[in-house]
Amino acid sequence: MKTILILVSSLFLFIHNHGYKVGDVATDFSLSSTNGEMVSLADYADAKGFIVIFTCNTCPYSVAYEDRIIALDNKYKPKGYPVIAINPNDPAAKDGEQLKAMKARAAAKGFTFPYLQDKGQHIYPKYGATKTPHVFILEKKDKGNVVQYIGAIDDSSRNPEKVKQRYVEDAVDALLAGQLPKVTTTKAIGCSIKTL
Amino acid sequence: MKMPYLLAFVVCFACTRTSKTEVPSLSYQELKPMLFNEGNKTYVVNFWATWCAPCIKELPYFEALNQMENTDVLLVSLDFPKHKESRLLPFIKKNQLQSKVVHLDDANENFWINAIDSTWSGAIPATLIYNQNKRMFYEQSFSEDELNQIINTF
Repeated sequence: MKTILILVSSLFLFIHNHGYKVGDVATDFSLSSTNGEMVSLADYADAKGFIVIFTCNTCPYSVAYEDRIIALDNKYKPKGYPVIAINPNDPAAKDGEQLKAMKARAAAKGFTFPYLQDKGQHIYPKYGATKTPHVFILEKKDKGNVVQYIGAIDDSSRNPEKVKQRYVEDAVDALLAGQLPKVTTTKAIGCSIKTL
Repeated sequence: MKMPYLLAFVVCFACTRTSKTEVPSLSYQELKPMLFNEGNKTYVVNFWATWCAPCIKELPYFEALNQMENTDVLLVSLDFPKHKESRLLPFIKKNQLQSKVVHLDDANENFWINAIDSTWSGAIPATLIYNQNKRMFYEQSFSEDELNQIINTF
């Protein structure tokens, strides 16, 4: 009996460590934004869902995607799917990831979306983010914000001119049309999340 | 008269190309055979980039492994294609890297990340270690002790 319990609990731990899968209900949060406010998903009463993107200041892959993230927010915020960007890095582990530096980056690039700091790094492990950038598309339902897509923004991180498949756009378009995304998980190269 | 001239030109052209591309830029299909060597050594394939701080920190440990008999290290750079000449090649020269370096330039990441290892989320640093008996993938950075302990299990 004890063995079974240990087995079951270690299995649970194993699953837990791997974060959300498509279909899971994602946790809300209350995190500091670069404009000084605390931001939660619950603040967005009119949203149909969210494009949650774990991203950061210093990772070249994140930087390469900044313009494409702004374009996503401009396209989908009016349709009910705003971008929520969360920086998962511990600023003590990586210079240039402090809230002050995040404010400077948000201002320099003219971010149209909230750029939040995962202070204490409690949120990214729950989602199961492993890198920056790492996208989770959530659909707001009665039972909560349901994960409908996990992965990359598109199929060409290093060269925006070579993009053939826009995974996030395809997924949100499907959800807006009342369908489930055809492609629900994808992968791209990214920077490991920095911890001490 | 025309043919030898043309031949000389082609050979010469090939010459300059080879000297300029000591670090070949490869598609995944071109890289693939290097992930499945069948020799008697233990093969260590590290995925890195010049801008990746934890990658740079552990590079000396891989360089040390490459000096060991029976261990063969391949450093696969994921630097941006536009930075190959301006950053990757100068970095290799400056740090006098002895391990073989290749540059993976293949846009279809969603395919090849899974093909290299289904558990890899795409974060770097990441390392594949294999020999004839064992094949393991590590999405993590290593301390020198950790890396040496792992190598000893192969």
